[in-house]
Amino acid sequence: MNKWTNTGQEPEPLPSSVPGPTATDLGEPQAEVEETLKRIQSHKGVIGTVVVNAEGIPIRTTLDNSTTVQYAGLLHQLTMKAKSTVRDIDPQNDLTFLRIRSKKHEIMVAPDKEYLLIVIQNPCE
Amino acid sequence: MAPKQKQKKKSSRGKKSPKPILAASEDMEPVNMESMGHPEIYPLVLTTKTQEIFNCRIDEDVTDEQPYKLINKVDIFEDLRNRAAVSDFHPVKKIVQEYPGNELLLVYDKDFKYGLNFYLIGTEEGKENYLNPPEVPEEQEEYKEHIPEDVYVYKPPVSKPWVSLGSEKEIEEESVMESTKQITYMISQKRSEFGAPVKFSDQNASSVKDAYIECTAYPDKNFTLKQLEKDVGMQVIPQIKDTSTQTEWTYPKNATTQYYPREFSEEEKETLKQSKPLVDFLNNASISVEIALQQNEIMNTFTDDWKYLAEEEGTFGDKTDTHLKEYQSFTDLHSPTEKMITCVSWHPTIYGLIAVSVAVRLSFEDRVYFSGKLLLQPSLILFWSFSDPIHPQLMLESPDDIFCFKFCPSDPNIIAGGCINGQIVLWDITAHADRIENIKAGDSRSKKATLKPMFLLEPESNTEALYIRHCAVSSIESGHKKVITDIHWLSDTFEINRMGSVFENRSGICCQLVTCSADCTICFWDIRPQKPLTPQTTEKKKEESIEIPFDVPSTFLHLDLSWKPLSKIRLSKGETSLDYCPTRISLNEDHLLYKTEDKTLTQSKIVKTGEMNPYHNLESGMANLLKPIDDFCTKFFVGTEDGEVIYTDWKMKKDSETGRLMPKKPVSIHTIHDGTVHTVQRSPFYNDIILTVGGWNMAIWKEGVMTGPLLQSCCAPKMYTSGHWSLTRPGVFYIGREDGYIDIWDLLEKTHEPAQSQNICITMITYIKPWIFSAKQQFIAIADYYGTLRILEIPWTLSRPSTNEMTSVNHYFEREVKHLEYVEQRKNIREQEKKEMELEMEKKKIISVFYRDVLFPIPLRQKTYQKSKEQMEAELKMDYESYLELEKTVLINLGLLKVTEKGSYMDVV
Repeated sequence: MNKWTNTGQEPEPLPSSVPGPTATDLGEPQAEVEETLKRIQSHKGVIGTVVVNAEGIPIRTTLDNSTTVQYAGLLHQLTMKAKSTVRDIDPQNDLTFLRIRSKKHEIMVAPDKEYLLIVIQNPCE
Repeated sequence: MAPKQKQKKKSSRGKKSPKPILAASEDMEPVNMESMGHPEIYPLVLTTKTQEIFNCRIDEDVTDEQPYKLINKVDIFEDLRNRAAVSDFHPVKKIVQEYPGNELLLVYDKDFKYGLNFYLIGTEEGKENYLNPPEVPEEQEEYKEHIPEDVYVYKPPVSKPWVSLGSEKEIEEESVMESTKQITYMISQKRSEFGAPVKFSDQNASSVKDAYIECTAYPDKNFTLKQLEKDVGMQVIPQIKDTSTQTEWTYPKNATTQYYPREFSEEEKETLKQSKPLVDFLNNASISVEIALQQNEIMNTFTDDWKYLAEEEGTFGDKTDTHLKEYQSFTDLHSPTEKMITCVSWHPTIYGLIAVSVAVRLSFEDRVYFSGKLLLQPSLILFWSFSDPIHPQLMLESPDDIFCFKFCPSDPNIIAGGCINGQIVLWDITAHADRIENIKAGDSRSKKATLKPMFLLEPESNTEALYIRHCAVSSIESGHKKVITDIHWLSDTFEINRMGSVFENRSGICCQLVTCSADCTICFWDIRPQKPLTPQTTEKKKEESIEIPFDVPSTFLHLDLSWKPLSKIRLSKGETSLDYCPTRISLNEDHLLYKTEDKTLTQSKIVKTGEMNPYHNLESGMANLLKPIDDFCTKFFVGTEDGEVIYTDWKMKKDSETGRLMPKKPVSIHTIHDGTVHTVQRSPFYNDIILTVGGWNMAIWKEGVMTGPLLQSCCAPKMYTSGHWSLTRPGVFYIGREDGYIDIWDLLEKTHEPAQSQNICITMITYIKPWIFSAKQQFIAIADYYGTLRILEIPWTLSRPSTNEMTSVNHYFEREVKHLEYVEQRKNIREQEKKEMELEMEKKKIISVFYRDVLFPIPLRQKTYQKSKEQMEAELKMDYESYLELEKTVLINLGLLKVTEKGSYMDVV
């Protein structure tokens, strides 16, 4: 995988780049957030990126307002449901990532305790 | 036992020797009724003689009342002796002999209970039982019989009327009645004292008289009696409970809630973005997200391999089968003159029905010459059905030859056509709708028809209802002056007014038309009645309506011969020269696309089911009340007779000088085609891609990119006469040629020449119209100059799009757009380069001249760079001098010149 990530459009290799900004840009978290989102957005076929808090309220988005609200509300619910499903099956387990493949897009949701990162990609371009 | 029996036998034999046969029966034990539970009963047959002997004649001595008789044992023995074996008692002789008592009981068995008319009771007990029947066993017997019945049969209790047995008197006695009169006290107080504050104070009890009353306890005689007896009465009464309920009346109430998504304010967002947890989260989450993203970038994991496999095979297998196959052809055999097909249209809802307009095949001069003759025969639109290749299903009559017609998208029973004389004709075939609809189901009918001889069929199909008169024609004076070349229904979503402004169409049906004509005008028409100026005119019209013939539907009566265009656009070239002559137009309308066919289908169905046809009670438009839609694209494409493709606007503008409405200047004009444009058509897949065919070439345009066509074919050897996009493949279109060939272009295969050509007929193809029959079958109708309409089946490869055809064709168009942009840019760049080069050249010249001037100061040359003529002279001079120098050097080298002149050469260098 490392080899492949290097071939991506991102000039700097991914595994090294991730700890990099945390070390250098500790003083400016704002810029760091933007940096990360920009990096994700620069991937091929990425349509939009949305950061949502635990209540499903969008914090940061690259989509227009109505689409963001819709994605945030619906995917928040779905993720919560998926999370509870995983936990009901095995209480010691937890949801780490949710990928939804549709005819047009792939929606990726990275859940956490407090936030959700939603990325919409068109995979077959 | 055996010897005894023998003895007995012997003795009996001795007695009954005369009848040995009977003796055998004698051995038998007398038959008793043990099987029926009565071992003591022995049935007997007593003959009338025996009955007389023993005085037991039936109905005389023994009757129903006394069915038995006691007979002496001795009498029986005597009878046995007298009559021996003949005696009726012979079978029971043994019983009689062994009977302990003297009298035997003989019972008359009236009902043949035991099989014979009498029976003898063989024991004393049985006799006793019979004479004095013991009650117990009988009861037992009954009991035994009744028990099972009691168990199984349930008898519901039956209510009986109440019978007084004295209990009501008891109840009356027991009931307590009030005997003494109740004492009533009334205590009153003054009104003023109500609620007055009460003052309590201490007082000595002894000081005031009667201030203190003592109640001491004492034994009361009345209560010293000890209760010994208690009489209690009780009655059971049914429990009664009173309850009541009331249902709540809930009624529908209008209620609205409005909610809005929760959102953070900008400041909150900022603070959140700076929070540590978010940063940490993003750093963690971005890794997994990016891995997922990159996985998708590297490979699409979920591709359906089978799908691609099948597709390749399909295209491979069917590669050979790329030709159009003839399916059916229609020719109007009844028409006396030779006709050509001018326009073809499939019926939008009924499958297998196609309408064709025909026109006389004559040049303009001939037409004028024969005009009197032509008037006698009707100009027609023919309706052909797949089920009947010989007889048209309907014929629509028109005043003159039709050159274009269209079915109304909201009601396929309304047809609008454009005449050669410039009139618009409207038909309403609602009355005949069932006739054409039934053809489809009437396959059996057509079979019958084939069985019948032709001459029998002919009158039936030709006489009645086949000719349908038009129900309205436009006004001759105010309409077009020349042949109408194209007609379109405007979409049901909008309507336009006199100014060309667009309004929302509230009626939901198509009610406006646009036509273009060879008289250089484009007209918009509204089929709704204009607002009457005075009520009188409407009355007048009503009066007129009585005069019209019966067979004409009254749908568009209000328009007939008085229909005026809503607005007229003249495409003027300028002040001096002639106007542009439009032949085809294409509006940016959704309804022209076949994608919306479903919508029109459902709409027309609604129209069919609804009792009222909306076209029967049209009201004038609401355009005056509504606000115009500003952002509507009012631009459209026009193809002209001279081969220009014009992109212009139908919206009028007011001329600043005269105040009159003037059409806007065309956005762009390109002269691409070298002959009349006969096809301007939007792609059914891309709303902004337009195919134009005219003269000897075709072009593809993109709306909005007006620098030139995306694709322009080179001139074909034969003239193109018609064209049409494929309905299912975005990159395919068909072009008909004048030599009867059809060119099939596939933009994905070749863009410089047609992918294939196929010969269809021997004459010019006048019209092409494909049609989707089903998902697997597509037809293309090809009309020719000789009036034959051919229906061909489109092969699988030409009808089925490849998986990514839509996107790849789109990519192709995008590439072409970029190419066009690049060409445009290059033009500028080249121009600039050219300028720069010229400048450079000039500079060089100036410099060289400058040097010359410095080296050879000639007063004349100072002005050289100002005047070109002088410059030229200077150049010539320079050339000449350089030539002289060259000559000199050559001469020196050859040693023809002297070295003394070398100095001057060096000076020159």
